[in-house]
Amino acid sequence: MKIAIGAINEKPGSSKKYKTGSWRTLKPAIILEKCKKCWMCKQLCPEGCITKKEDGPQINYEYCKGCGICAHECPFDAIIMELEER
Amino acid sequence: MTKMTIMGNMATAMGAKLCRPHVIPAYPITPSTLFPEKISEFIANGEMDGEMIRVESEHSAMSAAIGASATGARVCTASASQGIALMHEMLFIASGMRLPIVMAVGNRALSAPINIWCDHQDTISERDSGWLQFYAEKNQEGLDLMILAFKICEDKRVLLPGMVGIDAFVLTHTVEGVDVPEQKLVDDFLPPYKPKNYLDARNPITFGSFGTPEFYQEFKYAQVQAMEESEKVIDEVFQEYKKVFGRPYQKLTPYRCADADVIILTMGSMSGTARAAVDIMREEGKKVGCIKITVYRPFPGKELLNLTKNTKVLAVLDRDITPGLGGALYADVAAQFVNRPVHPVILNYILGLGGRDIVINDFKEIYDKSHEALEKGVKNPVEWINLNKELL
Amino acid sequence: MTDEKPLFACGHRACAGCSEPIAVRMILEEAGPNTIGTICTGCLEVVSTGWPETAWEIPLIHAAFENSASVASGVEVALRQLGREDTHVIAFAGDGGTFDIGLQALSGMLERGHKVLYVCLDNEAYMNTGIQRCSSTPLGTSTTTSPAGTYSIGEDRHKKPIGAICAVHCIPYTATATIAYPQDLKKKVRKALTMDGPSFLHVFAPCPTGWRFSSEKTVELARLAVETGVFVLWELEGGNLQNIRVTKKPKTWRPVEDYLMQQGRYRHLFKPKKRQDVIAKIQQDVDDKLIDLGITKET
Repeated sequence: MKIAIGAINEKPGSSKKYKTGSWRTLKPAIILEKCKKCWMCKQLCPEGCITKKEDGPQINYEYCKGCGICAHECPFDAIIMELEER
Repeated sequence: MTKMTIMGNMATAMGAKLCRPHVIPAYPITPSTLFPEKISEFIANGEMDGEMIRVESEHSAMSAAIGASATGARVCTASASQGIALMHEMLFIASGMRLPIVMAVGNRALSAPINIWCDHQDTISERDSGWLQFYAEKNQEGLDLMILAFKICEDKRVLLPGMVGIDAFVLTHTVEGVDVPEQKLVDDFLPPYKPKNYLDARNPITFGSFGTPEFYQEFKYAQVQAMEESEKVIDEVFQEYKKVFGRPYQKLTPYRCADADVIILTMGSMSGTARAAVDIMREEGKKVGCIKITVYRPFPGKELLNLTKNTKVLAVLDRDITPGLGGALYADVAAQFVNRPVHPVILNYILGLGGRDIVINDFKEIYDKSHEALEKGVKNPVEWINLNKELL
Repeated sequence: MTDEKPLFACGHRACAGCSEPIAVRMILEEAGPNTIGTICTGCLEVVSTGWPETAWEIPLIHAAFENSASVASGVEVALRQLGREDTHVIAFAGDGGTFDIGLQALSGMLERGHKVLYVCLDNEAYMNTGIQRCSSTPLGTSTTTSPAGTYSIGEDRHKKPIGAICAVHCIPYTATATIAYPQDLKKKVRKALTMDGPSFLHVFAPCPTGWRFSSEKTVELARLAVETGVFVLWELEGGNLQNIRVTKKPKTWRPVEDYLMQQGRYRHLFKPKKRQDVIAKIQQDVDDKLIDLGITKET
């Protein structure tokens, strides 16, 4: 890797190289039966690591920091936080 | 080409106008105020495209210049003294981001006490900023150096900002005859600015990143390499300018130095007075010469060593002071010679601060003192010229 | 709700539960990829632009701390001169870079009428440098430079009314928003981007680290701030403060105490002894503000 002129970051979104999933102690789990697909979790996730899938939200655990906002905000209690097992 | 009799500020403004800048963020400050006034007038009368941003401070002037330049526009501005000091942090940032902004500076003293007249403290205090620095001896040079600065700074091998200094009042507000080049010739000499990296939704890059210890030193080194590359670019561009516009420019211009025992090193408008003083002293049989510095950063060390290799004393004139050391130029010069097995005696003369006129007699005093140092040894390497001891 | 690539990517180093990335993604979703952002030094900048990585999928420039607005001014004029004025310009800044050191540049930009949306992400202190007070810090808040102590209730000055200050520059659009009301926020961004001149969006951005609450409550606290009246969601076109339109009025107003007790930065108002005097003052200030806004609380 060579430095870029003027310290420009040349690759947009290159932060994805850093997997923040290693930060978490609690891990969200989705209870699909309860999910009404309101997508609040996706809107409110600070990492933006929840994507819309046909059967419900999909969490990208490579980036999830386990903040718990999705579980806390879900109007249908369809997300629970569990202790991460390593 | 048109012959005009104009003030220094008008000359730099005309030089800027010929370069077709897109964005000119500027804030008024004595003595450079006429620059934004003139640019406003040119735009108001449709003589110039481009837009002025009437910013609310010099710090914002340089900030807006950075934003505009990063977006791909050709940008210039003007300021002086306190304004330069206020934008200090942004100067380093502009250079670190490798943005070829050009700034005309009406060289003026720094407060305190507040003083609106000429010295070089404002720009010389920014010698670490990574900006190229040019100093004009006369209004013609002020105009030409604006065009030269854009061409040099925008060169892909350089991509650093540059400042052009014209002495407060002595040049900014003094009318001199100036040849104003034809727009067509300038357009051919300085094509439109086409940067490789700029803010554009089609290529979303980030400017101004966070540089950790892992990388910061290398970024600095690359910036320094560009400054060193610029030495070559400056020579090339000066050559081309002479071919196109007929006026020669050099980093250092020697005058009657070949057999001089004492060479006086000057910067800015005092250089003209120096040449007149040299002529008078030569009539008296004194073997004296002078060298005018036009390019201060990058420092023309090689050229200086070459021009002074046969002289016995190099008298460095500083129109600035670094308290506790001496003049800034003196320190830069001494560094060039210090490791040479043989070098001239290098003396420093502080003069002309806060607009105190520099006159022929000052040069006579400098020669006498330098010659005495040569004969009797150096007592005080740093001396002040024309200091009114009765006030102290 | 789109599933397009978010314009603020994963992998940024913001604290778990940080509200700023939430807000930024919502804003950029509305603005779209044809946007140039400017940003000042602060949490958001530091977590997202560490060389060689960047979380931004729009072109972005960071210059210094106090000048997001002046850099944005330069960008806006350059775009116009280069024939690219269809590109939005959004200036991001924290409360530090807006209320205090950035106020001059902001005022200049607003006064000159640049077509820039200025977004202030307000977490009510200089968070990036370790939770120091700012003129955005509300009365009674404990920060590291306005700590609660034997002789101190914490911050003893009121929060600077930044929205009003911007609005009276007679700019086309001023609004407040927060992440707990995404539709309200997005609508305001959309509206701001249609204005032919400057707009100012004051985004309330709770900070789990600085306000000392558990990270899952970020959005809840933003909601509580609105439900108690601590932060009012309003918008205004033009400079006449009489025309402020409140965009979210809760059905029932909750007491400020409900909001304060959730946060460690107000712990000193409850332990070791309840400071009813300070809580009452904070409540009074909120009530007065609501009256000024023409809101009468239904009991």
